Amino acid sequence: MSEKIYKPGSYPDLPPPPGTVGLYGWIRQNLFSSISNSSLTIISVVLLYYLIDGIIGWFFLNAVFDAESKIACRKIDDGACWAVITRRVGQFVYGFYPEAERWRIDITFLTMFLAFAPLLYPDIPKRKWLLYFSAFYPFFAFVLIMGGYFGLQKIEYSLFGGFMLTVILGVCGIVCSLPLGILLALGRQSNLTVVKTLSVCFIEFMRGVPLITLLFVASSMLNYFLPPGTNFSILVRVIIMFTFFSAAYIAEVIRGGIQAIPKGQYEAADALGMNYWQKTRFITLPQALKISIPGIVNTFIGLYKDTTLVVVIGLLDPLGIGRAALADTKWNGLSTETYLFVALFFFVSCFAMSRYSLWLENKLNTDKK
Amino acid sequence: MTFFSNIWRNEKSREIIVQIIVLFFLGWFISWLVMNVNANFEALGKDISFEFLFIPAGYDINQYLIDYDSRDSHLRAGIVGLLNTGLVAFFGIILATVLGIALGIIRLSKNWLASKIAYWYVEFTRNVPILLHILLWHGIIINTLPHPRKAISLGEVTFLSNRGFYIPKPLAESGIELIYLFLVVAIIFSIFFAKYCKKKQDLTGIQYPVFWINFSVICFMPLIAFFLSGMPISLEIPALKGFNFRGGMHMSPELAALTFALGIYTAAFIAEIVRAGILAIDKGQTEAAESIGLKPSKVMNLVILPQARRVIIPPLTSQYLNLTKNSSLAIAIGYMDLVATLGGISLNQTGREMETMLIVMLIYLSVSLSISAFMNWYNSKVKLVGR
Repeated sequence: MSEKIYKPGSYPDLPPPPGTVGLYGWIRQNLFSSISNSSLTIISVVLLYYLIDGIIGWFFLNAVFDAESKIACRKIDDGACWAVITRRVGQFVYGFYPEAERWRIDITFLTMFLAFAPLLYPDIPKRKWLLYFSAFYPFFAFVLIMGGYFGLQKIEYSLFGGFMLTVILGVCGIVCSLPLGILLALGRQSNLTVVKTLSVCFIEFMRGVPLITLLFVASSMLNYFLPPGTNFSILVRVIIMFTFFSAAYIAEVIRGGIQAIPKGQYEAADALGMNYWQKTRFITLPQALKISIPGIVNTFIGLYKDTTLVVVIGLLDPLGIGRAALADTKWNGLSTETYLFVALFFFVSCFAMSRYSLWLENKLNTDKK
Repeated sequence: MTFFSNIWRNEKSREIIVQIIVLFFLGWFISWLVMNVNANFEALGKDISFEFLFIPAGYDINQYLIDYDSRDSHLRAGIVGLLNTGLVAFFGIILATVLGIALGIIRLSKNWLASKIAYWYVEFTRNVPILLHILLWHGIIINTLPHPRKAISLGEVTFLSNRGFYIPKPLAESGIELIYLFLVVAIIFSIFFAKYCKKKQDLTGIQYPVFWINFSVICFMPLIAFFLSGMPISLEIPALKGFNFRGGMHMSPELAALTFALGIYTAAFIAEIVRAGILAIDKGQTEAAESIGLKPSKVMNLVILPQARRVIIPPLTSQYLNLTKNSSLAIAIGYMDLVATLGGISLNQTGREMETMLIVMLIYLSVSLSISAFMNWYNSKVKLVGR
């Protein structure tokens, strides 16, 4: 074989070696690059096969979607018995909210996206008008859910439950804890000794005790600290505790953000003659919040997940509804189905939140484009 | 008027004024709370006293590390609960660490499939509330494992049933002292050997397989003693008597569920921490290590991990702390930890919410604060010193 002689600079581009391109090349490089890698792949495939086989069989193929009771389910097939969910799906979503009034929850829930859209997506068209709606939304939601005005039937707090309760607790906690968290973070970084000590004590206390003890305090002891005769709803008390608890965590996240800002930024602000609030508003917070977005969203996700703890003090969140269903002799023992269903709901909402935070992080990242 | 506005414009005096105002409101707020508590307690005819701690508790605890029966005091019940919290935290931390580190490393592996499996494990686990994990595992053990009579047996010595797990219990007989002695000697030897090797390496650069030598010494010395002294350990194997197993060590369904749930949940967070820690090490470190001809395993052990450890350990500790605090959810499935004993049944029986919750909170708080104090000390110790 004779080598063809090329002029310098005119050598044609050769195709890459056959083992490195296309599907085959990808598989070789990513799954079978070495002996240990190949064995890992084989183990994973076997594991996945059994997992998927078992899951599909149990979840769908052998599952029963409607039946009278667990025994009736088992007579039909031996997979999951989803009847425990399908027969009570209304309770899982709305709790004991009166059936005739459930449209109010639906409207509140759907308009919530409209109210959050301008806050979450800064590029949305007609943002200014939507922002007016966002500001008005809390009152709108309160009136619609609670009733008692404009001829709407008044609904008691004790009827709230299901996923609706989770969303109410989660959203209220998230919305209230961010401003409080920012204030605490600023307080912790403050020059004023008294303010600083107070913030540190509050943050360390909240972070040091388990949330469940705080909920016990909310449910059984909070009344002792209020003037005799005051009595307000357990729901509000729980929201206050959630707010305090996650505000302490948010404060620590934001403090990390504040400390990460280069000192030159403050010096420049001082040189411009800005006062404390101007510095905070225009220099510190915009940068600190941007850095701490992932941490803040993680705290929000944590708060959202922690709303399940209210079941311990007797509120009927999805877990409470599920436990009530399991206590029914008809459905006794179907815990796996019930809890997996609730788990799916939490997975979807929390996963969505974490994806949003990734998107926002990339969007605000001004370092490299 | 100018006098006041001058005071307000002076930064120092303004700070003092603001602080005095804050202090004033704080004092007012606290005295308001105290007055309310007094008024409420007077109306209910209650007082604050810790004497209830010393009266008999009157309830049973199914899982205890120190002797306990229902005639013991509330204080002892609380201590039993605290030890149970420690027990489940201990098991949970071991499980979470092993699983978490493995997952974190698999997540970074070059194998696409394995890394995706680890990724989805992490996402599925950490996006579901811990309470659900606990209830799910508890439900699985209670509802899907068989009754003790049909228990799943592993080699006829360990049994899995819906009443919990039964494993053989080692019983010490006379002559056990020799094993303890050998173990202590082996540990002392390993410490000195490790120091010697370190010194040798610093001087000559020669590396010894310190870990494997020490590992085999610690394993084999007690084993030799075991045979020398005539096998003084016997196993008490659980056996089915009537409706349940007798003998052996019993791990209640609650403890097992709590351990699995806490371990598996926290492992997802630890996996992310380990991954982030390894990724935080500059790529140049790996490239430099490879270019001087180190094997991949040596690159990991000698270059990456020692540096990643500094990044990993602080968040890791806070995960351990979270796990311990999360173990307080045990109350949902009836595992008798600190919150369930002192903050649960004792509270309900004595009606002393204020006192019991105060004690429970103070205990958790002191554990948290002492661990964070330790972490601050550790951080300042391992911090890179800038020159």
